[in-house]
Amino acid sequence: MAMIGLWILILLGMIAVGAPLLAPHDPFAQELGNRLQPLWSEGHILGTDSLGRDLLSRLIYGSRITLYIVGLVALIAPITGLLVGTVAGYVGGWTDQVLMRITDIFLAFPRLVLALAFVAALGAGIENAVLAISLTAWPPYARIARAETLTIRSSDYISAIQLQGAGAMRIITKHIWPLCISSLIVRVTLDMAGIILAAAGLGFLGLGAQPPSPEWGAMISEGRRFILDHWWVATVPGMAIFTVSLAFNLLGDGLRDVLDPKDSEK
Amino acid sequence: MTMLTVENLCVWFGGGRDRVDAVRQASFHVERGASFGLVGESGSGKSTILRAIMGLAPNWSGAISVDDQPVTKKREKAFYKTVQMVFQDPYASLHPRHSVDQVLGETLHLHGFRDIDARVVKLLDDVGLGGKFRFRYPHQLSGGQRQRVAIARALAPEPSILLLDEPTSALDVSVQAEILNLLTDLRSEQKLTYVMVSHDLSVVGHMCEQLAVMKDGEIVEIMDVETLRTAQARHAYSQELLAASI
Amino acid sequence: MTLLDVENLWVKFPSRQGVFDAVRGVSFTLGRERLAIVGESGSGKSMTGRAILRLIRPPGIVTADQVSLEGVDLMQKTEREMRDVRGKRVSMVMQDPKFSLNPVMTIGQQIIEAYRLHNKARKSIAYENALSMLEAVSIRDPERVMRAYPHEMSGGMGQRIMIAMMLIPSPEILIADEPTSALDVSVQRQVLSIIDTLVRDRGMGLIFISHDLNLVADFCDRVLIMYSGRIVEVCDAKNLHEAKHPYTRGLLNSLPRLNAPRKKLDVLSRDPAWSEAPSVSGRI
Repeated sequence: MAMIGLWILILLGMIAVGAPLLAPHDPFAQELGNRLQPLWSEGHILGTDSLGRDLLSRLIYGSRITLYIVGLVALIAPITGLLVGTVAGYVGGWTDQVLMRITDIFLAFPRLVLALAFVAALGAGIENAVLAISLTAWPPYARIARAETLTIRSSDYISAIQLQGAGAMRIITKHIWPLCISSLIVRVTLDMAGIILAAAGLGFLGLGAQPPSPEWGAMISEGRRFILDHWWVATVPGMAIFTVSLAFNLLGDGLRDVLDPKDSEK
Repeated sequence: MTMLTVENLCVWFGGGRDRVDAVRQASFHVERGASFGLVGESGSGKSTILRAIMGLAPNWSGAISVDDQPVTKKREKAFYKTVQMVFQDPYASLHPRHSVDQVLGETLHLHGFRDIDARVVKLLDDVGLGGKFRFRYPHQLSGGQRQRVAIARALAPEPSILLLDEPTSALDVSVQAEILNLLTDLRSEQKLTYVMVSHDLSVVGHMCEQLAVMKDGEIVEIMDVETLRTAQARHAYSQELLAASI
Repeated sequence: MTLLDVENLWVKFPSRQGVFDAVRGVSFTLGRERLAIVGESGSGKSMTGRAILRLIRPPGIVTADQVSLEGVDLMQKTEREMRDVRGKRVSMVMQDPKFSLNPVMTIGQQIIEAYRLHNKARKSIAYENALSMLEAVSIRDPERVMRAYPHEMSGGMGQRIMIAMMLIPSPEILIADEPTSALDVSVQRQVLSIIDTLVRDRGMGLIFISHDLNLVADFCDRVLIMYSGRIVEVCDAKNLHEAKHPYTRGLLNSLPRLNAPRKKLDVLSRDPAWSEAPSVSGRI
């Protein structure tokens, strides 16, 4: 099952890269005379939206935006979490307390509410959406990293390197990080689905990618008005989000089976 | 010539009502080039003494001196060049993601050696592992091989004292013989001083000249190995331990 | 009289690198005696014990010409029928009581559960039986122990409780897999003498799996030495020190001895012929 997830994602990547070649129409080209064409229409396999733009092309270009957002968050959140968590876990004492309370504060915010606040402060746009999502996504990674660090910290091999005079920086970066990475990777892949949905949610609320950008969430929002008679305008991007989320989940499950079976001494 | 002196060592964990005294007023000294054993059952405090000497125990009082220099609260780099430790569990003492070369190379680097490559080769040779083990990972090594790497790592800074915490308890009998022989050879070749902890009296009898018997954190008797062999231990507990081991 | 008859037992584990044979053609019989299976790690001794109780799960494959308990072949039984055998007729005590006792149940609850699993009895009767079983393993304050949790017990106590639990259904055979290896020396003696008394009094058969040659020489009647999945030698415990096979001799010589000091210990040099030779049969 994980392989299916992987293939879907590879496909997504290829579509995103090959967008200009694959899209039959310009995603921004409006054809008001051709509005709300159903599926399998002439020249528009997935129909058109309320401004006559080809849904397939918008979907294809939208994949780029999705990957952009997901990619950035997947980098920022775990790395921040890793830094905070490992330092807190290894150093302990006040540093640990302070860092963990900061983590708790960020954890307390519901994702979309924080995003709203951000956007209100900084204005709408993809970059701010990415920032907002990352800010709420990193705390769980900090917790995972800290938990792993606490377990690892008492191992003999850490004691041994301390006995060679190694400093905290070296121990954290060269000895602890390599062991935390696999659980973080698993968590990231499982989180992706949530990140995509958050991005789509922001887009839906008009806070993420701005029109006329073909971001999938924004497309659902635009199609909401026509859901009864022209259901495909909202459903098609919805299916895309569903498929990609599912793919990440499947991949994450598979990765966990491979990377996680308690890495405790084989 | 005394290499290591421990006087009135107390080690405790926790504080106030929850304080647990792991070691109480332990005193002994070890001559240069000698091999000293610490025996006792689990919970007797023997491993804790080693950890306290190394600086791995947070709460301790008393005096520890190495080569007539008292040790400071926070051990300096120079200390680690003189005293090193080999841990009990070969499966837990090597980092699972570092190759043998990385483990030894990092140790040498931390101690400021330049000719790291040559030294790694020599270390592996000294512990009876050939060059082909250099780039292996711990999960590709057997228990005995891992313990040899741990010994090589301890020897890298060219220490004078090796603290051995039950170095063979996790190993098979036949592998134990190899490792004990290796330790015997290394001690005479490199003029090392050993402090060895074990629950196995016959291992201590084989490796050490003098030993201390511990019970509940206290040293109840210090004796020569001859006394042990001829079953002339004075303290009742030592006799008990001896009787149970035969 | 033969309690257990094992003939040509094989345990195989298929893996990506081919099939790994953990136990290769082991045969032995067990009467009302104490039989030791000795070997180093990887010799297959623990696997043999588990195979008898059919505790090896797929992908492990267990085959044998027969594994007969008083004439009835266990290999032919279904999983459901095996559940009647395990615990009731053949019981197993493992190395570390920490991992065999349920940490969230009191000891009393666990022993009573073990009893009622095999005997349809009221709780009060089960309780009385549990108390007398704890007394039989020299636990002085059985009521207090019944109310306590496993983590409150020391290693030796925990192991005695395990023995009590495993013997409460009155099995005919006890398989003890390194029961004293995690215990201190002084406690080892105690636990061994308890096992000894119980096995003798009840006329049980005991299979004692260990890596400690000296221990089994004292404690058992017959010894099977395993190497690389095969039995390389069978002898009476009292003659263990005169064993003939080079592997056994090698093991005996590589042990440091208090009363026979040597500069260097003899190192065992493994001869590949030992694992290629056929298994010696321990059947009487």
